[in-house]
This record gives sequence, structure tokens and C-alpha cells, in this order.
Amino acid sequence: MKRFAQLFKLLDYTTKSTAIINALVEYFSSTEDKDKVWAIALFSQKRPKRIVTTALLKEWSADLSELPLWLFEESYQMVGDINETISLIVPKPTKKSDNSLSYWIDVILALKDKEKIVIKDTVLDAWTSQDQDERFLFNKLITGGFKVGISQKSIINALSKVSGIEQSKVTHRLMGKWDPTNITYEELVLMADPTEDLSKPYPFCLVNALDIDCDQLGSPSNWSAERKWDGIRGQLILRSGEYYLWSHGEELVNDKFPELEQLKNKIETDIVIDGEILPFREGKPLNFITLQTRIRRKNVTKKHLLDTPIIIVAFDLLEYGGEDIREKPLIERKILLQEVVKEIDSDRLLLSEEIPFETWEELANERERSREFYSEGIILKHLYSPYKAGLIKGDWRKWQIDPLTINAVMIYAQRGNGRNTKLYTEFTFAVKDGERLMPFTKASYGLKEEELKEINEWVKKNTLERFGPVRSVNPELVFELAFEGIAKSARHKSGVTLRLPRIKQWRKDKPKSEINSLEDLNVLLNEFG
Amino acid sequence: MQLIEFREEGLFVPQADVYIDPWKPVNKAFITHGHSDHSRSGNKSYVCTHSALPVIKHRLGSHINAKGIEYGEEMSVNGVKFSFYPAGHIIGSAQIRVEYKGEVWVASGDYKTTPDGVSEDFEPIICNTFITESTFGMPVFKWKPQSVVMDEINDWWRSNKEQGRVSVLAAYSLGKAQRIINNVDHSIGKIFTHGAVENVNEVIRRQGVHLHETIRVVQGQKQSMYTGGLVIAPPSAVDSVWSNKFKDFSSGIASGWMAVRGTRRRRSADRGFILSDHADWDELVGTVKATEAERIYVTHGYTDVFSKYLSSIGYYSAVVNTEYTSDELNTVAEDVEEANGIK
Ligand SMILES: [Zn+2]
Ligand SMILES: [Zn+2]
Repeated sequence: MKRFAQLFKLLDYTTKSTAIINALVEYFSSTEDKDKVWAIALFSQKRPKRIVTTALLKEWSADLSELPLWLFEESYQMVGDINETISLIVPKPTKKSDNSLSYWIDVILALKDKEKIVIKDTVLDAWTSQDQDERFLFNKLITGGFKVGISQKSIINALSKVSGIEQSKVTHRLMGKWDPTNITYEELVLMADPTEDLSKPYPFCLVNALDIDCDQLGSPSNWSAERKWDGIRGQLILRSGEYYLWSHGEELVNDKFPELEQLKNKIETDIVIDGEILPFREGKPLNFITLQTRIRRKNVTKKHLLDTPIIIVAFDLLEYGGEDIREKPLIERKILLQEVVKEIDSDRLLLSEEIPFETWEELANERERSREFYSEGIILKHLYSPYKAGLIKGDWRKWQIDPLTINAVMIYAQRGNGRNTKLYTEFTFAVKDGERLMPFTKASYGLKEEELKEINEWVKKNTLERFGPVRSVNPELVFELAFEGIAKSARHKSGVTLRLPRIKQWRKDKPKSEINSLEDLNVLLNEFG
Repeated sequence: MQLIEFREEGLFVPQADVYIDPWKPVNKAFITHGHSDHSRSGNKSYVCTHSALPVIKHRLGSHINAKGIEYGEEMSVNGVKFSFYPAGHIIGSAQIRVEYKGEVWVASGDYKTTPDGVSEDFEPIICNTFITESTFGMPVFKWKPQSVVMDEINDWWRSNKEQGRVSVLAAYSLGKAQRIINNVDHSIGKIFTHGAVENVNEVIRRQGVHLHETIRVVQGQKQSMYTGGLVIAPPSAVDSVWSNKFKDFSSGIASGWMAVRGTRRRRSADRGFILSDHADWDELVGTVKATEAERIYVTHGYTDVFSKYLSSIGYYSAVVNTEYTSDELNTVAEDVEEANGIK
């Protein structure tokens, strides 16, 4: 398990995606097939069930190391992770060995329903031959607590590199139900699945910001305007009675949105819809932040389904009757889309409504109303344009509303992640709260390089305290922050959370006394939250 | 009267008017080793081992009134017999043995008991009272053999080299740096050093200790010169703009603190190597037992925990507050400033 432990360690403290992919590629191209299957399984949250509680492991390890329990507790306080503490305090291994990941998993699986004494003997024996990194993983596995923060996308990217198989196919093959105890690497990754072409998505067409005046777009009659929804871009594929939902990040997210599965039997013909997944209730979109909390969770619970119902707003049709229609002009695709939505006839699938407008002024007026709909602005599409892959200038334009802004003072500076560790790039800001300062958001984007340098110098000279990579600084520098939305939040001391906060400008002209207050934030919350 | 008292200025031997590793200026200072928290400036006179003397003079200035002594040599001050024994911590490091009318106390300074190929090998000293450090006095700290850690460093260096990268390794400039320089696999490539490390190397080479060849990193060199090399620098330099000159590099840290996942993650280096110049838990407990002492004073590190543990296994043990530091990672800032000043 040493190789897997090494991989785990690297994934554990690297944030750089190329390093992660490289490490995975190296692992997958050199380890035995059985280990590959288990590694994929563990990274995909398919872990063995708990055999023993951490409390028991703790007891056994304290016994074995002949340490009083208070000393175990002190160690745990210092280390912060119980399984790691156990792995560190048990005596050094007495035997040299390097058993594979699957060997140890087999050992663990074989302990299912065994008596406590058998489990104890096996565990103590395992510890005598494992080094500390292996023990740590073994403890996590046997207590059912193995976790690693790595995206499915990285795994798929690496497997695709190693096997030479397209990412969308690998994604499909890893999807759904499979059991690491009775599948080979060959069957899981290398063998074609007869249905995998059914799930194949089209590349998304991306939207450019509108960087010119509308007048320059020519006649309004050549353009369609729709609200820009603040949700998750998704491609809904209904082919041969199957349902697939791809997110913008090219991840299959069927499991995250089980509500949409019901659409699959409602239409005879094969179709692919491009749209936006939105939290939606009683005819109105909800604040996007509610959806964010739902998608961050590994498993969608009943509560999520009730609290954050979702729909998909369809704005384009890429395939109809099994035929790729992306070359047809938008205006024709839209007519077909209307028919499709009508035929499916579900309250989970809405047609993106066009905003009628005769003049650009009229549209500008509509744009001002965007926040009423939790919308970010307006999307303009040329009515005679084909559906192109990627970021193509011209045909699709995003006319965003101006962000909300607030003036705040910087109170903490934090070093960046990964390679950026030398610079303070992440800052925490506060508003006035009576006599005190109330931290309310972090922001890291928006500063020019020279400004960042200047601020870094300043931070070093104005540090009050250091905690690891974070420094508290004299509250002096004032910044104007921009953000797209605001919502109530019980998790934050300020009671609010911002959407997409970034630094709009460094207000060197403003003294600290002129920053906004918590009341100002609450006013924004009442108006836009 | 205790043979060694714990005074505001440091560990004090009243009968001889001698202080051991004082943190405030005194007349007579006996110094265990050259780390800056144990050997401070301002004392009227210094005594340390011959092999510790060059570094101490380099640090505190050649003008200081300092005298060297052999390991094992006895020196009498007003009837008190002093002798220095290897502590295995860094070159020249010593435990100071103090004897008066048949009673023996030993002040350990910093120590580690396993040989590292550079420092003089540690010897346990039988005594009545042992004053010990406890930088890593928690049972979670258990070191692997040095050869295993060196293999890990070699593998990392080799794979960086294959990918055309520089390997930048953070290590304390006095002690750990030299230990790494001499023990890594020299067939992999060249070793470069930050000024703070190279200044110490020069001093150590001049006293006749063999160190493998190193090249000082200086301003204005071509980036390509470092490719595939191993650069040894103090942690504070690796974290600063200094390391930007290597462009494509992988960063590593060699420290006992890397044993804990939380610290590893906070330090955000690409790799952490568990390598310390201090005793781990088993070495600390083993040494206490080997001294056959009945009283144990604990000076720095996880003092409360270690002392409480010793009491629980039957020793008379107490914590002594000192101004020695136990942070291998952050105390070297002054070396770097010094090196940058000298260049
Ligand atoms: Zn030291
Ligand atoms: Zn020390």
C-alpha cells in the first residue's frame, strides 16, 4: 500500500491540478489492475463499510503503545485527527513488507461480521508490518472514513490519458452502479459499453461579454434576448429512453439531479437540450446560493429535494430525432425546441422565454429589472447563427448588470495556494459594526499586479499577528468590493454571504472612516437577498 | 543548594559562578552548541567544544572571549568539575556534565541519539539529575532511519530532475543542511546552497570537516544552471521571493514537524520529509532511562506533557521555563538576513 499512500499524500497537499493529474497518471500506469480498480472506487466514494469503531482502535493503540489515555488525548489534541494519531503512536513496525492496497482491502472485507477478538488480532498484526502512512490509510479504511478531496474529473482525465480512451467514454463507464469487489480494470475502464455513445455530449457554446454598444450590433430584429440565469449550465440528453445530464464542467451529474430523470419517458424521439439548471419554486427562481449548498453535498437527500427544487430552463436544441442540428440557424432550432418542450410537458422543463423588444433602449430597460428575477443580465443571440463549440466571438453575447458594491477595510491577508504561496493574495474584509469591525467576506481577484506587490509589502510592515499562512493587519486599506448577489447565512458571523465577491478597486482616496457598515449590508440583503 | 539553579539569566551553577546557555548576558557562559537560542551574544567569556567554536565565533564575532575544550576533558572551576560530551545534535554540540562532591548533573542542550554521519555521536551520561530538552516530546513523533528519509529525498530529487525541474529543499542552515549535503546521493546532480547555508559550510570546511561540494546561489546566474539540481535553503528563504529565481521547481521541507499531516498541509510545500536534529519520543524516553537519573528537569518543547509522563512512570520531574525555542522552522530568519547582508 506504500505506493497508494504516497499518492494519497501528494493529493493531500497539492492543489495544483497538473501535479494531481501527473501523479494519478503515474499511479494508474504502473500499479496492478486490482489496485487501480480500488483506487478508482475509493476516489469515487465507493469505500468499504465500517468494520470497527475509531473508539476501539484508540483503545487498542493506547494499550499496544503502553501509553496512558491522557497522553493519547494530548496527542490527539495536537494532531487533530484520531486515525492519524493512532497511526503515529503505535510502535514502529517490526516486520518489513509492502502489501498492495487490494491486499489490505481484502483483509478488511474478510473481517465483516467477525468477532471483536478476531478483528483486534488482525488489526494489531497489520500494524506491525505497516509504516505510518499505510497505517493511517488502513485505519481510515477499516473505520469506513476514507475520504480524499479530488474531483471525478481529475480521475477521468488521468484514466483517459493512461488508456487513450476519450474522456466522455471513461466518464460514462465509471458512472452508475459497479462493485469494486467483482469487476476488473478491463471491464471497468477498457471495455466499451454498448450504451456509452448514448451519453455522449456536444461541446458547449460559450458566451462572450458584450464589450461594445448595443447599437453596433445592428438591427434588434436579428437578435433574440433572454434572461441570463444564474444557475448551472447543463446539457440534457434523452436518447433511447435513457437520461444523461452533463454539467458545463463536462461532468455527468445525473445523481445530483434525480428529479430530471422523470423526463426520460416523456418523449419518443432522441433529443439534446442546452439549458440552465435553476433552483425554482412556485414559478420563481430562488437565490443561486441555495443551489450551491445542495450541489456541494456528495449525496442528495430528501431534504435537499424539498428545500431546493430544481428545474431546467431550455434555451437551445442541439439534436432532434437523433440528428445533429447544430448547423441550423438558431431561429429554426428554437421552433423545434418549443415543440419538444410542449411534447415533454413537464413542470421540470421550462422554455427560456424571449424578451420582446423593438429598440435597444427597451432592452436596456429590461436589463435594469434583472435582479428581480435573480438574473445576471441579458443574453443576446444572433437569430441566424449556428451552434458553435467553445468561446466564439460575436454570436452569443452576455450583457451583464452592474454588480453590487460596498466599501470595506482589509483586516486579514492570506498566502495563496499551491505555487502562489509566496504572495498574499487572499484578503478578508470588514465593514463597520458600531465601534467594531465585522468581517464579512474574502476576496482574491481584481487587483493589478503592481497593486498586489504594493499591498504585499504593506502587509509585511503592518502585520499585527500571524497564524500560519494568515496575517492580521492594521485595518487601514480601503477597497471597493463588487459582488453579484447577497444572501442570509447563519454560518457567517456577519449574517450574510456574498456571491462572486471580488475587488473592484483599491480606494486609496478613502480613509477608513468612510467604509460602509453592517446596516448597509443589511439594506442590500433586504433589497436583493 | 541545588548544583544547578534556574535563574532569570539561565541555568546557573552557583558554586562555580557559571551559566549554561544563558539568554541574558553573564560573566561566564558555557555553551552547548551554536544555535542562536543556545549561544547568545553579550557574555564576558565563553566555553564550548573545539568543534563548536568556529561557528559560534562566526555568529557572535571573532572578538568574543571564547575558549575551546575537548570532549571528555575535565575543567575545574572552584571545585566544580565540568566536562562536555557529544549530544549528536549538530557539529560540536555537547551535553554539559557538572560534578561537585560526587553529585552529577547533566544539561543536555539539544540532542539526538542516532548517528547522522556529520555530528559527533551521542553518548548517554550517567547522572543524578538530567536536564533534558523535549522539542518533540509527544509520542506521535517517531523518526524513520536516516537512510530511509534520504532515499525519499533522493527519489524526489531524481524525479524532479527527470522532469527538468529544480528541487528546492528547506532545511535549517546549521546542522540539517550539512547532514543532507553529505548524505544524499551525489550521483544525481549538483547541490546548490543559499548564502545562509553556504556561510556555515565555509566555516565548517575550514575547521577540517569534509562536506560534499556545494555551489552558492548568487544573483544573475542563468536559470538553466540550476535545472536538475538540489538547492538547500533555510525555510524562510524558500517561502520568499528568493526562490522565484528557480522558476520551475518543486519545494520540499525537511523537518520533524512534517510528521503531522496538519503542519504539512499548512506549510504548503510540494513535499515534506520527516527529518529532525532532535530526539524523537522513543529517544527522549530511552535517554532519560539510560542516564539512570532520578530527577529530570524539562526545558523546552512539549515540556508539560513530557514531564507529566515522566512523573507517571516514577521519576521526579519538573518543567523549567527557559528561553530556548523549539521551532525548527521559523528561527532561522536572522541567518537569512545575515546572509543577505553579507551576500
Ligand atoms: Zn539546537
Ligand atoms: Zn534548543
